[in-house]
Amino acid sequence: MSIPPSRPAIELNGVTKKFATPNGGIYTALQDLDLTVAPGEFCAVVGPTGCGKSTTLTLVSGLERPTSGTALVDGRPVAGITAGVGFVFQNDAVFPWKSVLDNVAAGPRFRGQGKAAANTLARDWLRRVGLAGFEDRYPHQLSGGMRKRVALAQSLINEPEVLLMDEPFSALDVQTRSIMSDELLSLWELTRPAVVFVTHDLEEAIALADKVVVLTAGPGRVKATFTVNLPRPRNAQEIRFTDEFVGLYSEIWEALRSEVETAYARTTARSTAQTPDRPASSPNAQVA
Amino acid sequence: MTTSFQSTATSVPADQPSPARRRVSARWRRRGGIYLARLTLMAVLIGGWQVGVNAKWIDSFFWGSPDGAYSQLKTWILNGTSQGSLASQILVTLQEALYGFLIGVVLGVVFGIALGRNQFLSDLFAPFIKVANSIPRIVLGSFFTLAFGYGIKSKVILAVVLVFFGVFFNAFQGTREVDRNLLSNARILGASRWQTTRQVVLPSAFTWIMASLHISFGFALIGALVGELLGADQGLGLLIKNSQNNTDINGVLAGMVLVALIALVAETLITLLENRVLRWRPPQQSADLTVF
Repeated sequence: MSIPPSRPAIELNGVTKKFATPNGGIYTALQDLDLTVAPGEFCAVVGPTGCGKSTTLTLVSGLERPTSGTALVDGRPVAGITAGVGFVFQNDAVFPWKSVLDNVAAGPRFRGQGKAAANTLARDWLRRVGLAGFEDRYPHQLSGGMRKRVALAQSLINEPEVLLMDEPFSALDVQTRSIMSDELLSLWELTRPAVVFVTHDLEEAIALADKVVVLTAGPGRVKATFTVNLPRPRNAQEIRFTDEFVGLYSEIWEALRSEVETAYARTTARSTAQTPDRPASSPNAQVA
Repeated sequence: MTTSFQSTATSVPADQPSPARRRVSARWRRRGGIYLARLTLMAVLIGGWQVGVNAKWIDSFFWGSPDGAYSQLKTWILNGTSQGSLASQILVTLQEALYGFLIGVVLGVVFGIALGRNQFLSDLFAPFIKVANSIPRIVLGSFFTLAFGYGIKSKVILAVVLVFFGVFFNAFQGTREVDRNLLSNARILGASRWQTTRQVVLPSAFTWIMASLHISFGFALIGALVGELLGADQGLGLLIKNSQNNTDINGVLAGMVLVALIALVAETLITLLENRVLRWRPPQQSADLTVF
């Protein structure tokens, strides 16, 4: 980026993560992954299905520990839940038994703030995400897009220095999704956390990010990193039609395509693995 | 920003009075019809029984009769029973069942959640709970009667034992089934382990726990009544047992009616509690069926 930061917000050095599978095997989700995100930088991570994109987020947040390698947030190794980190999940993770207000106020309340102060802060954030007047609703009474706003407010109210987003808009319809992209950008400008945004949608990645990281088909490692020098503030919906955007898209897609094809070939190889006349087509097929 | 959210806000339905009111009145008509059909069914069954008794097709010495049970009930209400006033008998049984229910539920929820949240505790207690659960618990009644006497204590303890296991297994399962995303979210938002248990695990497990409460009050009532049958100086169970000893079938029937009334009232109260505690859930279509 333009200002070289003294200390990166997130630093993953040679991180490997292995999981035990239910049938006794070992599944390698990430292999020797290096990733650095500067403070205030918006980093998008793209890659084919099952390449360990989400795993990188759980390592940064402290929900999981790396099998080897180091994960640093703000220069400190991750141990337990990382302070100053917010997480927006792919599926709804707002508490269905709490009202919208109580959901947003949950973070400050958990962290020991008084009820009145937390509620005032929560009302403030609800206004910012455009949900003033919905304080007393329960999540099931809201649309998918509105629940996402609650989730965003719930994370941002803690003013995280690092915001992790795991395909947050993938469950939304296309129109709502592009609206949410714009709103995410304007909310991000308010507090400017470092963001890691995991997605399988390359368009979304370029429209939002300063930097797009392409991961290989699992086990995931960084295949290539692309800098997105599109001007800010951006309009995520209209920027897609500019020449720079189209050029970047085809450049990154070139890197991504072979990985997507590998991942796809693997799933088809697995489903036809029983037929003797067609052995597993990919040399890595036994990993999955 | 403010203009765009209104486009997604349309999913919240606006109240439109006229079709809504029409739907409500149609529902009431249908519901009224069902109540009428139910009353008719009851009248046919009880009336048929009475007619059979009057025509001497049914021997009322062995099978009793609706009017016999009714007059027995009336006598109990007006003149009291051989053990004292009817109200005091009902109160004793109610007290035993209620104490047993409350203590059993609290113990079941506490142990269920503690073992569901803690692998060590669950590994430690699992075999003991399996063994205890496999004992037909009614036989413990004789033990409790001898150990704790003819008073209320032995009945309460039997009811607690009957209630505990159903609630425990549901609370345990409910704790294990909590959405992992919600747990992760709470941790990242800064919740301590206790805050997570209290604000995430407990409300989530409550859908399971509430389901067990419907059956549990029935178990508590069984515990109280069986305890009284085995040896007591007060209560509805004793009233039924004494009627049985006097071959007074109408007394047994009258006692059954009273027990059924208690169970029905309790069931209604539990349903009200359920609707209150679980009001965050989307309304269910089968709400009518929960009355049973």
